[in-house]
Amino acid sequence: MSLVATTTLTPHQSAVRSTVALKALMAVTGLLMIGFLLMHMFGNSKMFLGEESFNHYAEWLKVEMLYPLLPKGWFIWIFRAVMAAAIVLHIYSALTLWRRAKLASPATYEAKRRLAQTYSARTMRWGGIILAGLLIFHLAQFTVHATLVAGPFTGSPYQMVLSEFKIWWMVALYALWMVTVCMHIRHGFWSAFATLGANTSPKAQVVLNACAWAVALLLYIGFMVMPVAVLFGWIG
Amino acid sequence: MNITLRVWRQANAASEGRMVTYQVQDVSEDMSFLEMLDLLNEDLTVKGEEPIAFDHDCREGICGMCGVVINGTAHGRGNSPVATTTCQLHMRSFSDGATIDVEPWRAGAFPVIKDLVVDRSAFDRIIQAGGYVSVNTGSAPDAHANAVGKLKADRAFDAATCIGCGACVAACPNHSGMLFTAAKITHLAMLPQGQPERHLRIKKMLATHDAEGFGGCTNIGECAAVCPKEIPFDTISQLNRDLIASLFKRDGK
Ligand code: HEM
Ligand code: SF4
Ligand code: FES
Repeated sequence: MSLVATTTLTPHQSAVRSTVALKALMAVTGLLMIGFLLMHMFGNSKMFLGEESFNHYAEWLKVEMLYPLLPKGWFIWIFRAVMAAAIVLHIYSALTLWRRAKLASPATYEAKRRLAQTYSARTMRWGGIILAGLLIFHLAQFTVHATLVAGPFTGSPYQMVLSEFKIWWMVALYALWMVTVCMHIRHGFWSAFATLGANTSPKAQVVLNACAWAVALLLYIGFMVMPVAVLFGWIG
Repeated sequence: MNITLRVWRQANAASEGRMVTYQVQDVSEDMSFLEMLDLLNEDLTVKGEEPIAFDHDCREGICGMCGVVINGTAHGRGNSPVATTTCQLHMRSFSDGATIDVEPWRAGAFPVIKDLVVDRSAFDRIIQAGGYVSVNTGSAPDAHANAVGKLKADRAFDAATCIGCGACVAACPNHSGMLFTAAKITHLAMLPQGQPERHLRIKKMLATHDAEGFGGCTNIGECAAVCPKEIPFDTISQLNRDLIASLFKRDGK
């Protein structure tokens, strides 16, 4: 597959296949995932309301969401399909642009000094891969129940979450995973808005970066309070 | 001042290059970086060695010919207190006895021709693809016939100061030519004369940018940090906005 536009394409066709269009796809899918994470974080906080509340929420999400607009149980599968598509498209554009960037720089400098790059920006690619690896473990654990560490699934999502986060190294693993996720979002949030055209002035750049920090910190704290509370026995 | 220089020497595009170390004695701190290289080259010529090839023309910061990477930053921006071209960087920005690394722009789209000289004609081809206004001007229009708002005029002028030096590409971790392309896109997008071809222009210029082998932008900002003309980083967002809008237009279908 050729990565670059060839002369046989019309200007419109090359625009659709351009690096900027790919980046816009990455931005839209990335923002979709951030939206999902915010919802997910809100859902997790139901753990604080007790077993019945959390189990009811989990059941509602899987069966009754949008019922009767959609038949029972449909929403979750539509939702999963959209998220899976977003992840696949996001990774596809990331890898394609990564390969392009590699081809664009055959030689490196003997002396190299960066003046603007942040640590988050530098680690978007390898960080993204680590993040995706842990995402697979996470889904295998709580969605498929294949990598549950504390024991087999007993039918109560609440008990499952409780017993997994009673393990200290599990909480540590998630704390680490969320660092990679939130670092990715620290640069990704700002970058997505810049890609979609919202960086209209130096001031907008400051505001967007501040929002990126806020969202990243909110997600980190929001996701980590529950596991930490379980570990220290404040829940359950 | 006495300086130790480590300079990239490469006989031609096909040959392997390497860093070579030279001592340069009696450098005045009022010399420009290029004058310091001249001094070294005179010395090399007297010794019967091949002088170091480097590009330059105006030596007053307006032609864009003279870019090299100095101590890891384009135009030596990391050593200079202000935005600068290599020709406007002075030796007082370095300390006596310093060791200075000098390398050519490194990007697949800018192949090395010799030593520090690279081929930046990929930029010319991006401009040729659409960085112009194609109207028959006829006789000069009345000066007030086309009013341009102050803010837009300022933005157009700021963007138009790009000298095509290529420092943005040299500094970019993705070797993207986005700041250069965005400067021209923004310049013409702010002006009434640029409107008729606005959507076609972005499609054609970006297609050429990509086809020339430049990488994609990831909004890191190394480009704007080294740009001698301080082309605003937000011009790239302007380009993105124009490209996304153009995807919904028939121009160039
Ligand atoms: C929960 C999962 C993820 C979220 C929420 C997310 C979010 C984002 C967002 C919002 C962007 C900004 C788009 C832009 O630059 O315009 C982005 C960029 C990026 N993402 Fe992700 N992403 C996720 C997973 C991944 C994975 C698994 C990879 C693996 C390769 C990845 C690699 C990248 C890369 C390379 C970029 C571009 C970097 C840059 O702009 O500097 N992401 N991501
Ligand atoms: S945008 Fe700045 S760094 Fe890039 S070519 Fe123009 S003047 Fe040089
Ligand atoms: S020689 Fe013209 S800008 Fe430096």
